[in-house]
Formats: sequence, C-alpha cells, structure tokens
Amino acid sequence: MKRGLAVFAATALAAAMATAAQASTLVYCSEGSPEGFNPQFYTSGTTFDATSKNIFDKLVEFERGTTTIVPGLAESWDISEDGTVYTFHLRKGVKFHTSKLFKPTRDFNADDVLFSFNRQWKKDDPFHSVSNGTYEYFDAMDMGNLLKSIEKVDDYTVKFTLTHPEAPFLADIAMDFASIMSKEYADNMMKAGTPEKIDMDPIGTGPFQFVQYQKDSVIRYVGNKDYWQGAPKIDKLIFSITPDASVRYAKLKAGECQVMPYPNPADLAEMKKDANINLMTQAGLNVGYLGYNTKKGPMAKTEVRKALNAAINKSAILEAVYQGAGQVAKNPLPPTIWSYNEDTVDDPYDPELAKKMLAEAGYPDGFETTIWAMPVQRPYNPNARRMAEMIQADWAKIGVKAKIVSYEWGEYLKRTKEGEQDAFMLGWTGDNGDPDNFLSVLLGCAAVGGSNRSQWCNQEFDDLINQAKQVSDQAKRTELYKQAQVVFKREAPWATIAHSVVFEPVRKEVKDYKIDPFGGHIFYGVSVE
Amino acid sequence: MLQFIFRRLLLVVPTFIGITLLTFFLIRLIPGDPIELLAGERGVDPARHAMLMAQMGLDQPILVQYMHYIADVLRGNLGTSISTREPVLHEFLTLFPATVELSLCATLFAIIIGLPAGILAAVKRGSVFDHSVMTISLTGYSMPIFWWALLLMLVFSVNLGWTPVSGRIDVTYWVDDVTGFMLIDSLLSDDKGAFISTLSHLILPSIVLGTIPLAVIARMTRSSMLEVLGEDYIRTARAKGLAPKRVIFIHALRNALIPVITVIGLQVGTLLAGAILTETIFAWPGVGKWLIEAIHRRDYPVVQGGILIVATLIILVNLLVDILYGVVNPRIRHNK
Repeated sequence: MKRGLAVFAATALAAAMATAAQASTLVYCSEGSPEGFNPQFYTSGTTFDATSKNIFDKLVEFERGTTTIVPGLAESWDISEDGTVYTFHLRKGVKFHTSKLFKPTRDFNADDVLFSFNRQWKKDDPFHSVSNGTYEYFDAMDMGNLLKSIEKVDDYTVKFTLTHPEAPFLADIAMDFASIMSKEYADNMMKAGTPEKIDMDPIGTGPFQFVQYQKDSVIRYVGNKDYWQGAPKIDKLIFSITPDASVRYAKLKAGECQVMPYPNPADLAEMKKDANINLMTQAGLNVGYLGYNTKKGPMAKTEVRKALNAAINKSAILEAVYQGAGQVAKNPLPPTIWSYNEDTVDDPYDPELAKKMLAEAGYPDGFETTIWAMPVQRPYNPNARRMAEMIQADWAKIGVKAKIVSYEWGEYLKRTKEGEQDAFMLGWTGDNGDPDNFLSVLLGCAAVGGSNRSQWCNQEFDDLINQAKQVSDQAKRTELYKQAQVVFKREAPWATIAHSVVFEPVRKEVKDYKIDPFGGHIFYGVSVE
Repeated sequence: MLQFIFRRLLLVVPTFIGITLLTFFLIRLIPGDPIELLAGERGVDPARHAMLMAQMGLDQPILVQYMHYIADVLRGNLGTSISTREPVLHEFLTLFPATVELSLCATLFAIIIGLPAGILAAVKRGSVFDHSVMTISLTGYSMPIFWWALLLMLVFSVNLGWTPVSGRIDVTYWVDDVTGFMLIDSLLSDDKGAFISTLSHLILPSIVLGTIPLAVIARMTRSSMLEVLGEDYIRTARAKGLAPKRVIFIHALRNALIPVITVIGLQVGTLLAGAILTETIFAWPGVGKWLIEAIHRRDYPVVQGGILIVATLIILVNLLVDILYGVVNPRIRHNK
C-alpha cells in the first residue's frame, strides 16, 4: 500500500513537472474586449494591451516598468541642432510574424515606417480610409500639423522633419498609435482585395504573435521565437476576457488566470493576505484634481480659489476616498515624472485662514456654488461622489454653500468642456511620461474649449510650457517646467487632490511581472514557474 | 385558417414599427454621444467632433436619421458598430449561438427539476415537501441573480474547486469555431477533455439562469395539477380503481401540461433576450452582454440592430405559438 502510494506520488510529481516544463502558458484575465486589432484607430488601454503592448514594436520604446525612452526598432537617432529633424537608424534583421495569411519575404525596413505613419497622416494614402479609418491618437497628439515630411534616406534610415521644434516628439512616437506595421503584408492584402484584413489579423514584429480572437471570450497569442530581443519566456499567452472584477478575482484564486487588472478596492485587503497572490503596487502616473472654472463667478478670482484650496482637508480625502493608497498632490504633475517640482509649497489646510482669505477677496459671507462630481470610477479618483461630499462639508465651514451636480459621463465631459460648471472633478493619466502631456493638455491656452476644462489661460504659464516644448535640452526643460509649476501653484486653477497608487494582483508563480506606469499590461520578460 | 394566419401576420407590422421607433428614440434620449464617450478626459475639438458626427450621419435631423435607418433595415442592412466597425448582423451571428446554448441548457435544467417538483408538490398537497417546494421556489423567484451567481461561484468554484469560474471552455483548449455551439464544436474537436470542460463550464451559468424559470415552472405545474386533480373525470378515474400513477401521469398530467408549456415557451423567449446579468458575470460571450455594453458606449447601430433582431425572433416565436394554438384549438381560430 505504502509503495503504491509512493509510486503514485512519484508519477504525479513527474507528470506535474512535465506539464510545467512543456507548457509555459500565461492566462491574463483582461477586463474587456478590444475594439479591434489596429492600435492606430483606438485610444483605450484594453485595445492597446491586446495589440501594441504585445504584438507590435515602435521606433523607440519605453523601458518596461519605467517612462524612460530606449531604442526600439530604431537602434539610434540623431536630432538636428534646431530640433526639427530626427534621423532614425533602423535595426537590421528584424522579422515580421508569419501567419496563415502572410509569409514575409523581407526583413523590417524603412518602407514599413513610412507606411505606418503615412496611413494615419496622408489622406491620399491608399490605406487611409480602409476599415473606415479614423486615427484618434495621431490626431489628438496633433501629429498632422507637427509633421512636415517623412523621408526614406535608405532602407535603414528614415528622416522625420517637423514644422517646429517639439521636444516631446520622441515620447510621442513611443506611444501605441506609432506601432510599426508591415507594408508587405498590407500590399499583399490589397492585391488580394481584402485590405481590411491587416486590421483584423495583425502582423507585427513584437514578442507575441496574434493567433485567434473569439469575440468577447478569448484572445490567443504564441511567443515569437524570432523576436529580436530574444524569444519570450512564455510560449502561449491567453487573454481570458472577464469584465466583472469580482469574477476576475475568483478566477485568479482558482488559478484559472495568473494576472488580473483593476481589482475591486474592497478586495484588496483579502488579496494582501492570500499566500498565493502577490499584490503588486506602483505609484500611478496620474493626478486627481478639483478644477475651478476660471471664467465664471467668484472662482474667476485667484484669491477666492486660493481660499477654497485652503479649506479642503486633503489628507482626510486621501484616507476616505483612496483608502490611503496614494499621496496628497501639490503639483499638477505626479512625482514619478521628471521635472516634478519638490520645492513648491502646498496650500495649507487651515479653515480659519481660508475664511479670512475669502473675506479679503470680497466674500465675507461666502457664496453659493456647485461641485460637479464624475459619475464614473477612475484610477485617479475611485469615488468622486464621496470626494464631492467631503469638499462640500469643508467649504460649508467657511460659508461656501456648494450643491453637488452630476451627469452621465459623456454629458459630463461635454458640459465641462463647454465651461458650464463652477468647480468640477476630473483627473488624468499620462500617455507618454512627458510633462508636456500633463501641462499643455490640461492647462495650456490652446486646450481651452477642449481638455483644459478650467478654461484657464495664463500667459506667463503658457509661455513657459511653450518654450519648454521647443528646447531639446532636458535640463533646460526641467527648469522651465519647474517654474511653470510655481505659476500654477500661485494662480491655483485647480485644487490638486491626490496621486493614486495602482494595484495589480498576480499569482505567486508569475515571475518578473512589472506594472507599466502607463497602465498597460506587457508580458514580454515575464515567466511562469 | 389562412385568414387567421394572415390576420396575425398583419398584426406583426405595427409591432415591428413600434420596436424600431422605441429602440431608435430611447437610445437617443440617453444623454451623451458616442464620440465624447470614446474620447474620455482628453476630449475632441468641436470641429473634429462635428466631422465625426457627420461621418456617422448623426448631424442630421432626428427624423431624417430615422428614415435612413428604416430604409437601411428594409434593405437588410443593420449598420456597422461604431466601436468595432464590424457589421451588426455579423457580430450578432457570432455571439448568438453562445446565448442559445446557455438558454437551452438553463431551460433543460429548469424543466428537469421544476416539472417533477411541481407534480410531487401537487400530489402531496399540504405535506412538508409541498411547503418546502413552494418556499424554495418563491426564494428562487426573488433571488438577486448577480448575488446568487457570485455565491455559487465562491462555493463551488473557488472553495470546493468543483466547477470552473467563468467562460465557455478552459482557455487552454483550442477548439475551432465550426457551428458556434461549443458543445458541438468541442465534440468535433476529437478531444474528450474539451467536451468535458465545456460541459463543466455550462453547469453554474445554467443553474443561475435557470433558477427563475425553474421556480415559475414548479409553481405553475403545481397549481395546474391541483386544478386538474380536482376535476370530475379524475375522481371518476380514481373511482374506477385505476392505479394512482396512471391517474396522475396519464389522466392528470397531460391536461395540466398545457398551461405549463405556454409558460416554458414564454420563459425561453425571455431567456434569449435577457441573459444579460448571467452573461456578464460568467464572462459568457453572448448577445445580452453585447447589448448592454453597446448601451454603455452609445453604440447606436448595435443597440438598434441587436434589439430589433432579438425582438423579431420573439415575435416570430409568438406568431408560431399563436398559429399552433389556432391549429390545436379551433375556438381561438374562429374567435374575433
């Protein structure tokens, strides 16, 4: 009997080891279905995870787990003195994926770079309107006006000329929309009369190769053995689409998947205790804020905004709304971004002082106003309603009677853009790790009527950020952005509330997983034991 | 008879128009437009917003949009999804088999348990068994589905590990899409494990989705049985000295089943349309989940087209049932 048991145990062990050795499969419980398989068309992180983060490469990349720019498909690059010409020297010997539809006959080269950008840029490109193409991110980053020309110097050299110097350009083309696709594949599909296939069955040069998508259910990938940085340690990568956060957690516990995004805040305490789960955290590249409409009512006055800022108890909000998972914000930039100004002094929390300031500003008896609360949960603001109630109570102490207003999300975005609000809650998660991506997008004069919902246009601030955009010396840019943050603090178009922490539970057998500061999910370099 | 069918068919036309009107205008009554939602915090500039709206034909007066929509529907064109850019009909056909498979299994579960429970409860009227069946079915009927699903999942999938948590099949099996019905496709794949995995994935969602129909069927069977058991001919049968089993199953059940079958038919209709919660929780790639996500994204073509197809199916099923009634029961046929 004993012997039988031992034999059984040995066999079981051997079997277990054999499976572990041969099948290196990682299952990722993703939160939703991708909108499609061409990252040029879309802006959602879910789609990027399924495409650009794992299938495609860009000319330059962000080093995994950081916001540092490193060579990608371009081995090196030169920038002209005046900052308008970028010459990229491309990597040789990079292979595109092989699929049922496509067998590449040549390596990656300059034609692919031109194809990938021209499709989005040139209206007369034969692929521009294939699949009803609209290029959200390319347009949002204003690439069309920034680019003057893209030329092929030789097979492995490409020259980008810009209409004006733009320091964040490298960070821009490390973004998802700048994924490099195969021109040869596109041409073949065009010849076959099915050009839209390239957007459904993607071919890239990345670490994982797309195999199959079952709508709303599963996406399958296999590791690209010829990957130029070396074959991934996972043979099969599977996205198991699971929209409900509690169900994702149940699947993680049951071992049906190894990595899951966006846990329920309520489950975090239990996850921390679970011996099979490693709850990873990282400071998010985000900011949650209360913006003031600087074009309307009492809040048009800087003194009033400063007084309101002094009345808000941010540490209480951090505890109650973020459950302590984050840090109080004093700058519009998160501390993980370079040029974050350590020296700015935050508005003190002092209701007495606030009351005095408000009286000096001409409102000794306070005033009536509204606080707009977002109807959705966001990483930068897990509970806008609760936050609004807390600020409402804080302001009541200095005589400001605020009513809380909320709209359906699309309507909320539209109305705040048009400046209907008094004070409003919103936030931002960085796209490319460049300070410009926060300061210009959210506070620049050009963004008024768009993403600058405070409608705040301050010439001094705007000059500083525009200047910083034009010089390529990072030390100089840092200096300018630090000054801009001082102006921001002085003028107070927002009450900066908090930078939140991002959580990601992974099973213990997963090794070397790193949280992406941009909120993506990248599986190259990860292994399963 | 032909006249009867013709009359019923004529009635379908206004119903159909009503559905297009409702879906078209209701989804547009919800504030927020698809482009603004897609852009999120970033926002789109007004010129581009206008251009995209024009591209989708959303800039035209609403009545004109409706006319275009109806014209397209009559030509058999249900439009293209705003978010995925795929034809609505194609998306529907990809997802529908999953919904049908789940609904059928749930119905089967409800009938297999509900029918015998109802019969037994009626026969043993007033007994402990009767009372427990009625209490349990009332509980089942009032159960919040999402809570019930999560509870079952926690107990059977996470703690006991008997059933998988969610999905249609273990993701490590690669089953080719032939019919869209995973039970059939996994059988065709020659891998026994795949079929067993599919079956085990069906258990919990079928129980969850079948819970309410089960309660309805059990209660309906019981009351219908009780009514029939009180009839004179049953007393006569009993008086003749027939075996109790024969009286119950041959004489009573056949008559008692008529209303039960109607109820089952109605339940199948609602299951097809309304497995939304179950599908979302069990990550079941079906039509319900697809529709609810489309509503969140204001994907007008998907909402309009998807609901139209489902409603058409239900109209057709009802029409068929009506006609069958007419065939079975001449009184219905001739009644004005």
